[in-house]
Amino acid sequence: MSWLQKMPLPDLPDNPEEPIIKIRNLNVWYGNRLVLGDINLDIPRNRITAIIGPSGCGKSTLIRCLNRMNDLIPNARVEGQVLFDGKNIYSSDVDVTEIRRRIGMVFQKPNPFPKSIYENIAWGLRIRGFKGNLDEVVERALRQAALWDEVKDKLHANALTLSGGQQQRLCIARALAVGSEVLLLDEPASALDPISALKIEELLRELSRDYTIVIVTHNMQQAARVSHYTAFIMWDDNRVGRLIEYGLTRDIFTNPKDKRTEDYITGRFG
Amino acid sequence: MKERWLERLFKALTFISTIIGLLVLVILLIDVLKDGLPRLSWKFITSFPSRNPDEAGILPALVGSAMLLILTALFAFPIGVAAGIYLEEYASDNLFTRLIEINIANLAGIPSIIYGLLGLEIFVRALRGITGGRSIFSGALTMSLLVLPIIIVSSREAIRAVPRSIREAGYALGATKWQVVRDQILPVAMPGILTGTILALSRAIGETAPLITIGALAYIAFLPPLSLKALQSPFTVLPIQIFNWVSRPQEAFHANAAAAIIVLLVLLLSMNAAAIYLRNRFQVRFE
Repeated sequence: MSWLQKMPLPDLPDNPEEPIIKIRNLNVWYGNRLVLGDINLDIPRNRITAIIGPSGCGKSTLIRCLNRMNDLIPNARVEGQVLFDGKNIYSSDVDVTEIRRRIGMVFQKPNPFPKSIYENIAWGLRIRGFKGNLDEVVERALRQAALWDEVKDKLHANALTLSGGQQQRLCIARALAVGSEVLLLDEPASALDPISALKIEELLRELSRDYTIVIVTHNMQQAARVSHYTAFIMWDDNRVGRLIEYGLTRDIFTNPKDKRTEDYITGRFG
Repeated sequence: MKERWLERLFKALTFISTIIGLLVLVILLIDVLKDGLPRLSWKFITSFPSRNPDEAGILPALVGSAMLLILTALFAFPIGVAAGIYLEEYASDNLFTRLIEINIANLAGIPSIIYGLLGLEIFVRALRGITGGRSIFSGALTMSLLVLPIIIVSSREAIRAVPRSIREAGYALGATKWQVVRDQILPVAMPGILTGTILALSRAIGETAPLITIGALAYIAFLPPLSLKALQSPFTVLPIQIFNWVSRPQEAFHANAAAAIIVLLVLLLSMNAAAIYLRNRFQVRFE
């Protein structure tokens, strides 16, 4: 763990605010199998929260509960509450498209639409009947995602011609453009080369001043470098994913309270 | 030594098997070209059929085939694509949808004459008031039923081939299912859907049995009027014209049939070429 001692952990300004997302007694089933059991977790506003844990423990499932992407998986069932700004996103009067607009998601493999760079960003606005200046919003989103300088001369080129890292930043820009307040990132850098991955991390730190970010990663260096808070998830004896420990990233990595957390971050398994 | 000999024999056998089909087709083509080419002329294409083989032409049959094709596409394409979208994107996996799927798969294998009988009963007789009986309208509706299963199946395959990640990208931006289908899935799937549709239609253009069943005539000495009434007019198509000429005793009519076959083949091959072009030109390659 020598890298841990040397690593400067992100500093943490005071954050007295109410958490933006509160997960309460969350259980998730796939068919008859309980995959996440009794998760309680507060996601602080304008912070980066990392979710770490061995593969298959339910990290991705958890993050997909936060904008109801699990709705798309047949026979997935969610029980419990996810309160976003105090309102349960699973209550029946909630418009799921509105939830997904405000809580954006970036996936493991960059997935731009096979259309122009411009159209990738404009589409999310068009489908909501956006009447303002599209060019402006597109430029702002691309600047926020630190992509503008690289693509400003080829906005109408197909997005699939961009490099993997650029595609991933385009996906972030796309989410920002529709007005996401929370960004959920499911291993956003695992398909990228180290340089591109670092660029994404840098971007996330930059964005965390104005946005709330939740990132799933199995790369512990990445979690330590980028996040303010870390949640460690692992399965119990019945292969049900449980939240083992949650707290400030520096505490989790330097002074874990649970033996399992310590074993995991010191690389004894997983 | 014996092994090597067997090896060679086997290779030769498989090769012969491969070219048998091709050879037969080539012989057929040469035969048709030899008989038909001298007869093929602009006048042949623009003349009405006649008792005199030298004056007879294929104009009504060509127009009939074209109209039938266009109408069939108009009816079958939207319904087929919509059914494909429903089955791939909306339907949940239950007994009912599985039953529908099995049904559609089986429909694609039903002999075409059964469709002809169905068309005769429903479109020609029951719906006579709308279709005008033995009309091009009835013919196109019958053909639509015939090609519908093929269009549904190829639409489903094309829609299913669109990566899941594209759907997720759309939903994650807060799009509704319809918006994702309309703006992201259909554009990517469209080349595949069109390819399947064209291939289905090129099957329809060569069909004879169902149209004979519903009563397409071989002798049409006029073109349909340029109005909606055209839908209700009697009609003929190329395969029926060919069938009619082939069954005449006079040698000269056989030459006419050969020439009409050339026209039909050119039509078919250009449709298939268009399908291949569409597939190669507009297919989106991910990665």
